[in-house]
Amino acid sequence: MILQVRDLKVSFRTEQGLVQAIDGVTFDVREGEVLGIAGESGSGKTVTLLAVMGLITDPNAIITGSIQYRGRELVGMPAREMRDLRGREIAMIFQDPMTALTPVYTIGWQIVEQIRAHQTISRRAAWDKAVALLAEVNIPKPEEAAHRYPHQLSGGMRQRAVIAMALSCNPALLVADEPTTALDVTVQAQILDLLRKLQKTHGSAIVFITHDLGVMAELADRIMVMYAGRIVERSTRAAILAGPRHPYTRALLDSIPPLDGPRPHRLRTISGAPPSLLHLPAGCSFGPRCPQRVEACGAKPALTGTDHATACFLAATP
Amino acid sequence: MIYAVLQRLGQMVFVMVGISLLVFLIFFGTPGVDPAARIAGRNASPEVLEAVRISFGFDQPFYIQYLTMMKKIFITGDLTSFVNRGWEVVPAVLDTIPVTLSLVLGAAVLWIIFSLIIGVLAAAYRDTWIDKILMILGLIGISMPVYWLGEVMNLVTQSRYHDTWLFSWVPPLGYKPLSEDPKGWFLTLVIPWFTLSILYIGLYGRVLRASITEALQEDYIRTARAKGLSETRILLRHALRTSLISFVTLFGLDFGALVGGSALLTEVVFGLQGVGKLTFDALQNLDLPIIMTTVLYASFFVVVANAIVDVVYILLDPRVRTA
Amino acid sequence: MTVLSTDVANQCRGPWATAFRRLMRDRAALAALAAFLLIVLMCLLAPVYAHWAGVEPFKSTLNATIIIDGQERPVMELPTEGLALGYTPIGPTWSLGNYFLGADNQGRDVMARLLYGGLNSFLIAGAATIFTLTFATLFGVTAGFFGGVIDMVLSRILDVLWAFPVYLLAISLSVVMITQSITIGPIVIESGSLWLPIFIIGLIYIPYVARPIRGQVMALRNSDFVMAAIGLGAPSSRIMRKDILPNITTTLIVFVPIMMALNMLTESALSFLSIGVQPPDASWGTIIQDGQGLLYTRPVVALAPGLMIVASVLSLNVFGDGLRDALDPKSKIKLGRSG
Repeated sequence: MILQVRDLKVSFRTEQGLVQAIDGVTFDVREGEVLGIAGESGSGKTVTLLAVMGLITDPNAIITGSIQYRGRELVGMPAREMRDLRGREIAMIFQDPMTALTPVYTIGWQIVEQIRAHQTISRRAAWDKAVALLAEVNIPKPEEAAHRYPHQLSGGMRQRAVIAMALSCNPALLVADEPTTALDVTVQAQILDLLRKLQKTHGSAIVFITHDLGVMAELADRIMVMYAGRIVERSTRAAILAGPRHPYTRALLDSIPPLDGPRPHRLRTISGAPPSLLHLPAGCSFGPRCPQRVEACGAKPALTGTDHATACFLAATP
Repeated sequence: MIYAVLQRLGQMVFVMVGISLLVFLIFFGTPGVDPAARIAGRNASPEVLEAVRISFGFDQPFYIQYLTMMKKIFITGDLTSFVNRGWEVVPAVLDTIPVTLSLVLGAAVLWIIFSLIIGVLAAAYRDTWIDKILMILGLIGISMPVYWLGEVMNLVTQSRYHDTWLFSWVPPLGYKPLSEDPKGWFLTLVIPWFTLSILYIGLYGRVLRASITEALQEDYIRTARAKGLSETRILLRHALRTSLISFVTLFGLDFGALVGGSALLTEVVFGLQGVGKLTFDALQNLDLPIIMTTVLYASFFVVVANAIVDVVYILLDPRVRTA
Repeated sequence: MTVLSTDVANQCRGPWATAFRRLMRDRAALAALAAFLLIVLMCLLAPVYAHWAGVEPFKSTLNATIIIDGQERPVMELPTEGLALGYTPIGPTWSLGNYFLGADNQGRDVMARLLYGGLNSFLIAGAATIFTLTFATLFGVTAGFFGGVIDMVLSRILDVLWAFPVYLLAISLSVVMITQSITIGPIVIESGSLWLPIFIIGLIYIPYVARPIRGQVMALRNSDFVMAAIGLGAPSSRIMRKDILPNITTTLIVFVPIMMALNMLTESALSFLSIGVQPPDASWGTIIQDGQGLLYTRPVVALAPGLMIVASVLSLNVFGDGLRDALDPKSKIKLGRSG
């Protein structure tokens, strides 16, 4: 196991009261595995990733539970140690490559900065390594590109640069927050290919977020579905795509056009909106929007099952 | 980019013409009083008035009057004062420039150093008591009239505490040229430098803190954290570096404005014969040729300084550079 | 996501109510406002104070006497030591109504002049603020809304005003205005009238406010909802009234304390340079100037009005900070995009 998350809870104190962003999340990531996290906005996906990265810097945040990276506890780890881990062993790719790079430095400078933060290596050697990385992520003319400022590159090229930077210290775990959402559709496919290729060559484990189940089907070995700060379903890609058990997962799958076969007249939508985290409904959070709601849903369902875990009272008898 | 620079230069020329017209209108075009009487100063004799009238072409159309004035100030430079008969105005103004520059440059060094320290410290310790105290001090600095602060400084260093070890080195008010007496130059200017810089230290410290704090909210700071950089490095190399763009712009504008006459109050209080003091003295005698000249020279300086700031801005921000 | 939900909650309550609630929770800002109002109130009582103390704050009273510890003493004293050149005004007695802060070099009660001077300072700063905001809104909205040639012309005029060093512009204007009365049509402005500093200060800061307003109106003008209104054939006057003005009101409100503070400092500086309030009238700036000659003997004459300026401007600035934080949603804690 490269990552073991146990009963992770993150809440924020706000003007309106306590917001429970994630509420008891438990999952594992194996070495070299790709885990995809799906869910609507506000389901706690990004907060989960930021917690793993130790990047929740808001002084109003309260984090409890356990995150173990190769047996080392990350929750409450001293900032210095965490910093040493970040970028070297755990690296992150962000959603929007337009804003993820510092505008006043060249791409090469920014990659060199990360390499030299973790390795004792000469500026020259680090620069050569940065150029090699840019070549590896298929940026044309990497020597020139290294001298470019972020705004001089297209969105796709920038995201490649961000990926190159994330890979610069050969991390064992790569965390990606919707790495393709901000890009054009054609570029999305290229970036996905690239990620898959790099995952094979570097052998890093990847945890990534998407609300695009098509991306999910392309990349993930295992899938985890989150809703209102909790995991509602978790299993292998094949099991989830073929036989979703939670009504929410089913609704999500119904809301995307099928990859093959005839297109339905109308895509189904999920009625209602995700609940406000300030006023979560009692019992199952999905209850108010659930088409199959039963009386038992007045209580909170626990996540049960090992290989294919579901948090739904109906799941046992699908 | 060349087009942008040319456009900027065109704008600069336009503003200069606008300013000269405005000055001309204020001094010669306002209704009520004979402009010749204004130029000649209080209680001028009829002969002087007549001389002024001919010399400035007041019997001719407005545009000739305007051109005559511009020629006298910028081309021939032969404008003379009528209050102090025969005193050449343009050389007198040029003589005061080193004084003003000495004052403003020294103050600028102080205010850059201290405002950087304050801004970075406050941003690093944001929302703690260190931040709050620094920001309140900054606000007090902004709220003090500079000439009053100068008087308080004089009271303390020239009178009340002059005989203590702390301020016994402070020389009497006045200016000593750098070329003749470097030590005297430095000593006479120390107190004025601090006085003038206090306002800007407070202002820039606060601006810098705000812009660093804003920069710290940006996505690229999160990237920098994810890279495993130290907080100090993130603060200085990423947040501060991007904030410096607005800092430098602001600095250029204020520096220009100060050299162009805004240091007037400090000069008056400390008896430094700079551009501002010259204008102030001319104001006391209603010596209009002097006022006209300093106003025009100073505002042209400000306009040029603003144009330089824009060019520096282009050099500092790679996003503008290639746009 | 948390940000989103609080935003929704705030909008339900209305932006003004939310801003007001935030302001009410900002103790520093409230205390500053209270301090400022207290100072204004004190100055409003100036005539009462002068009447009660029985002093003439605008006339030379070199021969006046006061009673200290049962002894009658002249307000202007001959120095008891040294060369005894000229008279020195009496120092602070620290007893209210009895030359509390001493006398100035014309034997006038400094405390009474301080209060009257404050009245003038507030009056000029307030009126100049109204002047600036009115014309800046007019210019900024017109330039931003109509764009094109109108914007070009107005923007260049603002550029010219902006490039003019503030004090030099003020000096140029006052040098031709202060000394003689001015007749503009039916309006006659006497020399020495308070309208002159109001006009001068109000004028020089127009670009300072007009430029941000122009930018904001321009952004609004190109926003979807105004485009839609134009598309529906709404007349410009209606769009301006219904869509643009309400949106820039916040900006204008934020500007009020800032401009007040700036104007107070400018007024005092101009008066100090003798081109603001004209004697025998007083403002804090003129009193500091009166005190300059007495700086080493009777420093309180210069110190007291300066402290009043610092206190007023500081409280305005602190309140302005709080007001801006309350009205400007950007100052809210950002949690970043989290989903």
